[in-house]
Amino acid sequence: MAFQQLVNGLSLGAVYAMIAVGYSLVYSVLNFSNFAHGEILMLGAYAGWYALTLLKVPFGLSIAFAMIGAGVVAVLVEKIGYRPLRLRNAPTLYFMIAAMGFSVFLQNFSIIAFSPTFRTFPQIFSLDPYVIGDVTIGRLDLVIFLISIFALSLLTWVIYGTKIGTAIRATAYNGVVASLMGINPDLVVTIVFLLAGATAGLGGVLFSMKFTAYPWMGVLMIKAFIAAVVGGLGSLPGAVLGAFLLGITETFAAGYISSSFRDLLSFALMIVIIILRPGGLLGKVTQEKA
Amino acid sequence: MSIYAQGIIFLISINLISVLGLSLLTGFTGYFNFGQAGFMAIGAYVSGMLAKFLNVPIPISVICGMLAGGLISIPIGLPTLKLKGDYFAIATLGFSEAVRLVNENLEGFTGGARGIPGIPSIRNPIPVVFIALLCYFFIRYYVVSRHGRNCIAIREDEIAAQSIAINTFRYKMISFFINGLLAGLAGALLGHYVGFIQPSMFGIPKSTEMIIMVIFGGMHSVTGALFSAILLTTLPELLRAAAVWRLVVYGGLVILIMVLRPQGLVGSWELQLPFLNKFWDWINVRFNKKLREVS
Repeated sequence: MAFQQLVNGLSLGAVYAMIAVGYSLVYSVLNFSNFAHGEILMLGAYAGWYALTLLKVPFGLSIAFAMIGAGVVAVLVEKIGYRPLRLRNAPTLYFMIAAMGFSVFLQNFSIIAFSPTFRTFPQIFSLDPYVIGDVTIGRLDLVIFLISIFALSLLTWVIYGTKIGTAIRATAYNGVVASLMGINPDLVVTIVFLLAGATAGLGGVLFSMKFTAYPWMGVLMIKAFIAAVVGGLGSLPGAVLGAFLLGITETFAAGYISSSFRDLLSFALMIVIIILRPGGLLGKVTQEKA
Repeated sequence: MSIYAQGIIFLISINLISVLGLSLLTGFTGYFNFGQAGFMAIGAYVSGMLAKFLNVPIPISVICGMLAGGLISIPIGLPTLKLKGDYFAIATLGFSEAVRLVNENLEGFTGGARGIPGIPSIRNPIPVVFIALLCYFFIRYYVVSRHGRNCIAIREDEIAAQSIAINTFRYKMISFFINGLLAGLAGALLGHYVGFIQPSMFGIPKSTEMIIMVIFGGMHSVTGALFSAILLTTLPELLRAAAVWRLVVYGGLVILIMVLRPQGLVGSWELQLPFLNKFWDWINVRFNKKLREVS
């Protein structure tokens, strides 16, 4: 039973990890909570769903659709809403409010455009699970886990192994100095939003394959935030660790206590971490400077 | 006056009370509260249940609801207000979702998702309008007092405020506490006006509606909150046909305001009332000499 819950938790954690890395990436560079991240994820899930059901493209291509669609929307959101604020050096509060505006706008627009119904993804992988001993591993869960691990490795390579990744890390460390070294901050932010949107789109498709797609699924952003806080806000390995921890905690809570108090327990986890270790598990506490 | 007009006046007053608290916390102290509905729900449930099940008179139950909203903000604020605003925003969002989940799942106690019907209701809008105006004048003069200016200093630059010996954490807590009181009061009045309460009345859309009112009127003006509470409560009533588009328009409006005119409708303009200014000065001279330099 416990091992079974662990397997389920890893699959859920993999989905959360996809959502949390993009959120954390934006946070590390722009230093604000992108509340619209959840809506980008929702739009990605719908792009994938429409590609699969209307255009009848193969599964791999639908994922590409979702990732590109969500990435483009994320960049558009940045260009329309955040860029003018960045150029004005607006306080963080304004970014958060603009992000909330996008979240409200996109969510309610989608309710009208896509109708407020739950969309089930067509069944792509067979339902009979792999059985090892008394543990059953669903094929879909395994595929979700593998895709997510592959995407995370790819992202790690982009961030730590390429020139643009170095530029992103430099900008996250100190934007002003990075731009003095000849790094174009606009370009870095655009790429960051493209990456964050693409991972969110993938996360959205994985989530709705496991459950369903619906216009208000952007609330999942809270899960991404909890994962990011648990692991250390702004740290990518921290976000992944926090996401898996959150996924496992939730499945254990659902399995042993009650599924209706699952969300409460994840908030409790966040509050405990904030009190005991405000920097998160992998982050370090930094004193804010003027 | 028709029942319909009375209803709108009720809603304007209730929204105004809640928006005033949020204006102090988000507009003047600079902390983004994404869960105002949670505090309203606490007030509504405490007051509604006291009045219905224990037959407490409405004025006393409303005060209890208000206090409950204020008290619940203390355990939320203690861990999160020491950190950056992002933690606070998500903690409040998480809190309001948690309140909704608890209300939905405690079937025996809160009536679950169906809520509590048959709450003793208030018919006369005049006391509610009076309370709302009282709250308006309280916040209006709180923000020009020494305490209010400390809050503004925190919003502008928290580290600088700390360096001139302002106990920033304390003033953030006071702002949050006042916000909790007003939200609890608004929620309690809403429950007694509608006559029933349901967890879905206090979801994320309610919180965003409140925050949008603050931003629309002007984050740096209490009078802006007054205007936007009147405008944004009346307009949707007039445009019933376009009801589905309401939140889409609100969302777009927030983005436009942030990009083009972050100071909102009225900027930092305040309604000046010579009579009340004099009254305020008199209070200051009488009770607190430190508060004298009032704009």
